[in-house]
Amino acid sequence: MDLQELYRETILDHSRRPRYAGLRAPFHAEVHQVNPICGDEVTLRLRLGEGEGGERTLQDVSYEAVGCSISQASASVMVDALTGRSARDAADAYQAFHEIVTSAARGETTMDPMERLHEDLAEALGDAPAFAGVARYPARVKCALLGWTALRQALVQTA
Amino acid sequence: MYLDSGATSQRPLHVLDAERRFLTTSNAAVHRGAHALAEEATDAYESARATIARFVGAAPDEIVLTKNATEGINLVAYSLGNASTTPGAAGLALGPGDEVVVTEMEHHANLVPWQELCRRTGATLRWYGVTDGGELDLGSIELTEHTKVLAFVHTSNVLGTVNPVPELVERARSVGALVVLDACQSVPHLPVDLPALGVDVAVFSGHKMLGPTGIGVMWARRELLDALPPFLTGGSMIETVTMEGSTFAAPPQKFEAGVPMVSQAVGLAAACDYLSEIGMAEVAAHEQQLTGRILTGLAELGGVRVAGPVGSTAAELAHRGGTVAFVVDGVHAHDVGQVLDDAGVAVRVGHHCAWPLHRRLGLQATVRASTHVYSTEADVDALLTAVRATQEFFGVVPLRVAATTGSNGTGGTR
Repeated sequence: MDLQELYRETILDHSRRPRYAGLRAPFHAEVHQVNPICGDEVTLRLRLGEGEGGERTLQDVSYEAVGCSISQASASVMVDALTGRSARDAADAYQAFHEIVTSAARGETTMDPMERLHEDLAEALGDAPAFAGVARYPARVKCALLGWTALRQALVQTA
Repeated sequence: MYLDSGATSQRPLHVLDAERRFLTTSNAAVHRGAHALAEEATDAYESARATIARFVGAAPDEIVLTKNATEGINLVAYSLGNASTTPGAAGLALGPGDEVVVTEMEHHANLVPWQELCRRTGATLRWYGVTDGGELDLGSIELTEHTKVLAFVHTSNVLGTVNPVPELVERARSVGALVVLDACQSVPHLPVDLPALGVDVAVFSGHKMLGPTGIGVMWARRELLDALPPFLTGGSMIETVTMEGSTFAAPPQKFEAGVPMVSQAVGLAAACDYLSEIGMAEVAAHEQQLTGRILTGLAELGGVRVAGPVGSTAAELAHRGGTVAFVVDGVHAHDVGQVLDDAGVAVRVGHHCAWPLHRRLGLQATVRASTHVYSTEADVDALLTAVRATQEFFGVVPLRVAATTGSNGTGGTR
């Protein structure tokens, strides 16, 4: 596969200018995730808020990511898309993103995971399909999921 | 292009053939059974042990065959942890107030087992620091009469630094500490006479020296093997067994519980023969030449920083291992590895199981190129070309170079 398929411009752009980067207070949960294979690390803080009908929302997600361009960019895309959204949206987005970065590795042709998301969320997560190339490189899947795993853990901790 | 021999080496047909010949003509469980095949297998196993011993200047009964080098270090650490309750071994026991000393450049395999031994015994772990240039900082600590073990790596698996064994052995001797040497990156690449080094224990692995996986070697002085309690227990390692208790076989069998890895031993002995046939001095000279080519090539590229000794004169290369770890400015090592892989160049990226060393040098991850006897100048040149391609892909070609080659230094190939 062509390297450009893996390193889409979207990914390189996010890795060079990660959105909402840095650690901020106050927060309700702080999670540290590492990839012991390569030493990539992410520290992620979650501040919750309350949305319509008392639904939990991700009021602020701040993070410090040290690692390769894939892990940095995926954290940036995630936070960019999910800040201000509900915890349920975050769970749906995780499912979709997980499928994007692993589906080709499983050799399955599935329905575009983005199509299952409600339109508004799919639009916010518009940069996610750029990570489809990762699925061809199993060694990089963990990189792409590092920040996402941290957020999921933070949501579990605060549930 | 395979430049990841520091992780594992490729095996010559000679080794594969030896394993196959054994498995198709002599395979049986060794040290048990009275049939002819069992005798043949036992002969093959013990003669493999003798060949491996000869390769490092040791006596066969001082060679313990393990699953890998990591198991060898765990064997020593675990055994020392049980010394306090073993008759005749109390002098080796550790407790609160005692010290185990390692270095900051250790592979996790020569660090974590000692951390665990200290945790179990109440002993304290201390370590020699590493200089910015990637050498041991011998002034960073002093050994004391409380130092019971000094464990260090012969050749760093990241930096290529060769540590001053005589100096460290002398320091350990002066305080009566045991010396444990991690020889995983030295025995496969240069002539090594383990007893002559003056250390008490040394470990190395088969798969890094053209041999099979699943076999490692622990060498130790006979008196130490006699005194140390066993590690794994069960069949093969006993003398007599009753329901109440057991006595143990003499070393090395005392440390080889269960049916051992016979075809791997045969394969490793074949690898020793193969390397001896070439001559380890020749192997070392070949690798030094390639290492020099990597170091000068990377320096010429610019925008690349090597972690560890960078000198490329013949004298400097003679005191350096063949692993070259580096970072490409502006590109994470993982991303470098991806582009190199795309160009067909296999290297290792990450912390190479030496996380504290990377932390010390302020590096999160490095790219590591490592050679062996089969590596060629063409492999090295492919690496250098691919590193330049990486710089171009990510738009980080150094300006100095960009100016002389006419590239704009920012565009790259995207």
